[in-house]
Amino acid sequence: MPEVKMTVNGKPASGQIEGRTLLVEFLRETLGLTGTHVGCDTSQCGACVVHVDGKAVKSCTMFAAEAEGAEIKTIEGMAEPDGTLHPIQQAFQDHHGLQCGFCTPGMVMSAAALLAENPTPTEAEVRDYLEGNLCRCTGYHNIVKAILAASGQDVSRIAAE
Amino acid sequence: MPKDGGIGASTKRREDIRFLTGNGNYTDDINLRGQAYVHFLRSDVAHGRLNKVDTSAAEAMPGVLRIFTGKDFEGVGGLPCGWQVTDRFGEVMQEPGHPVLAQGKVRHVGDPIAAVVAETYAQARDAAEAIELDIEELPAVVDMKKALEEGAPLVHDELKNNLCYDWGFVEENKGAVDEAFAKAAHVTTLELINNRLVANPMEPRVAVGDFNRSTGDSTLYTTSQNPHVIRLLMGAFVLGIPEHKLRVVAPDVGGGFGSKIFHYAEEAFCTFAAKALNRPVKWTCSRSEAFMTDAHGRDHVTKIELALDAENNFTAIRTDTYANMGAYLSTFAPSVPTWLHGTLMAGNYRTPLIYVNVKAVFTNTVPVDAYRGAGRPEATYQLERVIDKAARELGVDPIGLRRQNFITQFPYATPVAVEYDTGDYHATMDKLEEIADFSGFEARRKASAAKGKLRGLGINCYIEACGIAPSNLVGQLGARAGLYESATVRVNATGGLVVMTGSHSHGQGHETSFAQVVAEMIGIDANMVEIVHGDTANTPMGMGTYGSRSIAVGGSAMVRATEKIINKAKKIAAHLMEASEADIELKDGKFSVAGTDKSVAWGDVTLAAYVPHNYPLADIEPGLEETAFYDPSNFTYPSGAYACEVEVDPDTGKVTIERFAAADDFGNIINPMIVSGQVHGGIGQGIGQALLESCVYDENGQLQTGSYMDYAMPRADDVPFYQVDHSCQTPCTHNPLGVKGCGEAGAIGSPPAVVNAVIDALQRSGRNITHIDMPLSPSRVWQAM
Repeated sequence: MPEVKMTVNGKPASGQIEGRTLLVEFLRETLGLTGTHVGCDTSQCGACVVHVDGKAVKSCTMFAAEAEGAEIKTIEGMAEPDGTLHPIQQAFQDHHGLQCGFCTPGMVMSAAALLAENPTPTEAEVRDYLEGNLCRCTGYHNIVKAILAASGQDVSRIAAE
Repeated sequence: MPKDGGIGASTKRREDIRFLTGNGNYTDDINLRGQAYVHFLRSDVAHGRLNKVDTSAAEAMPGVLRIFTGKDFEGVGGLPCGWQVTDRFGEVMQEPGHPVLAQGKVRHVGDPIAAVVAETYAQARDAAEAIELDIEELPAVVDMKKALEEGAPLVHDELKNNLCYDWGFVEENKGAVDEAFAKAAHVTTLELINNRLVANPMEPRVAVGDFNRSTGDSTLYTTSQNPHVIRLLMGAFVLGIPEHKLRVVAPDVGGGFGSKIFHYAEEAFCTFAAKALNRPVKWTCSRSEAFMTDAHGRDHVTKIELALDAENNFTAIRTDTYANMGAYLSTFAPSVPTWLHGTLMAGNYRTPLIYVNVKAVFTNTVPVDAYRGAGRPEATYQLERVIDKAARELGVDPIGLRRQNFITQFPYATPVAVEYDTGDYHATMDKLEEIADFSGFEARRKASAAKGKLRGLGINCYIEACGIAPSNLVGQLGARAGLYESATVRVNATGGLVVMTGSHSHGQGHETSFAQVVAEMIGIDANMVEIVHGDTANTPMGMGTYGSRSIAVGGSAMVRATEKIINKAKKIAAHLMEASEADIELKDGKFSVAGTDKSVAWGDVTLAAYVPHNYPLADIEPGLEETAFYDPSNFTYPSGAYACEVEVDPDTGKVTIERFAAADDFGNIINPMIVSGQVHGGIGQGIGQALLESCVYDENGQLQTGSYMDYAMPRADDVPFYQVDHSCQTPCTHNPLGVKGCGEAGAIGSPPAVVNAVIDALQRSGRNITHIDMPLSPSRVWQAM
């Protein structure tokens, strides 16, 4: 089996893989990074979104071998080493942007990619960007609100409770 | 105690930290040493006779450990059904067997035929392709009415027909209801379909079976809303494992919405195979597999009639429903169209006479069972649609017609066997009118019209029965289990508490809200309270989480156990302060003697309980741990009023939700932030049902919506921000917290609001369209126009 090498959350990572191994399988099964989730098999749900060389990618749509030499960032790499949450993670907690938590890693990684591209998105831009991330718990209300808050915008006028 | 940690505080959720950092522990994250993987070969036809399942070539494939077929399960029990309905003639329902792996016949696309266990999942999948099948395809029944026709193909050869039961409720009222219709000044009739849905929690199901050779114990890790129920059903009815030798663990579970209540074949298989192979066996469901194996929801075809007198008072309701059971009876399936549906047909209204007929039908489709709301959305949808239609026919205001018929005196005994304890339906409607800004609608409608869009406003009310359920009542109705809940509160020597609950949290935030209740009762910081759930090895026997029951029933058990703790702690405190027990007061985590300045801290008492050097051993045992089981005396009855504003594009039929408002009465509230989140999520699913989602089979029983490519899930840009309010609070009168439950309200209350709004938009534009079946997709709306 071929070996694949990449950088994951700033650390070198490698493993022997079958050619058909998906990046998400490599992350979860080989590296034990189980924060990245698999919610579908048609690249629709977005629970597996990670950053590959800074771009949001559904890690179920990419072979691990294609990530050879790439810089990968997963949900496990978002908080500070001392446990301080990334501002997007913190906003999700502050605004109850998660319930069961299963879609959450993909949501946070997509939100991070959005805010890197567009630091102060409108509500419509946030909703549009999340087209590829399904959530079944929140009705999206608090996810959109959390992302707007993480971008530094005032969300106090959005209905909360 | 800090103010942000007790009852009524929007405490941030403690469980969020692990979910936000990728440290959740979902079932698919569990990998056991030596684990093998199973792949199920499933039927690709809806109905067929299994003439041959030849596994010999597949068994020789690399990595294959063993291939199981129906033969291996001949001596094993089938999946049991937990509810037996008695029909209108006094006969019990027809109850077919449900084998773990198909025996003789396959009855729906996805029915498991063989299970390949191999060293890797890929090897198991590869080998499954080498299994040789000879299936004689039989004609399938999909349409419920056709399934009941004379000579229709039988889903189960051993049954006399495809009718599970023909239920009448209340059968004795039938004559009086018919008479009321004969005398009515006006009758409104509506035929509608409550569309079949797939629950689709984002985490697909997973099962890991394990067998411990040294102890002879079996363990199942599974994505369940109720691990104790799975242990009981699987142990007692399927595999014959006594409960003390079987542990079921449901760790972090990624949503359920009902679909993870039920006991599934894959759970039994993995537990069985782990022992047979002496290795852990893991199954991870793919999403496509979930579409053809997770129990589906809804799927009712209904005719409802509403009778009114000359003053527009409701005088009678008569309904006729066909409810799809699918190919087998899932765990709670028979109860959904009956006791969770017929009992809610009074809604929020004084209708003296009601008769509900339900015919439950077997078809060659995936089993249908409870999905968020379960029976109550079906009742609410037909009732609130027919009232809107009646208002239009009579030329009266739909809100006024509802208000005129509201129940206003409580307790109120409905003609459909339940007694509402409290409610204030005018109050939630008043609140709705305020938060939905009805007075501004006309201006918004004109603004829409200026853009060429048709704007409509739809409203509806709902009532639901939650806090499931009084065991003696449900026992009379056919439940084969009690529906109490349990809690053990263990206080540690240094004052921290562990609450072990039979409820299960899979998104509801119990770890936060349950801790708030105990912290408030004792007056300590919520961080001193840990909530443990999801493992039969360390929680008392409980019935799990569904039917908006956790805080109302599980929370009540926790309150009772905590009261026992406080009572015992007061005895210890009285001894420590040499005072009378009757004089001891507990406030802010401190025990004091009334009228004196004497006090001892919570931690001094808990330490004394475990280090009983100075302790009244003659009077009380050491230790501080109590268990309570709580069986409710009634259901709880959350209620509310919802409003939806839509824009319809007359050129394309596309419906856009512009505004959505919900005014709910949940009684007392523990954590308003969490409650709002529950309502948001329910509304999202309700909008999904109304506009997007539909599970479709073709006439041959082929599943047309087998993935997210075909089944339209609501996405972030399909919904707006929601305006939700739960300040109208009539506390429940029969549980200690005065709570009613909030998990299902949004999904129950929202579909009729959306459909009423679309019909309103079309009517206002001069189109005489009285009904469109959900989902109101652009093509359906455009065709109707």
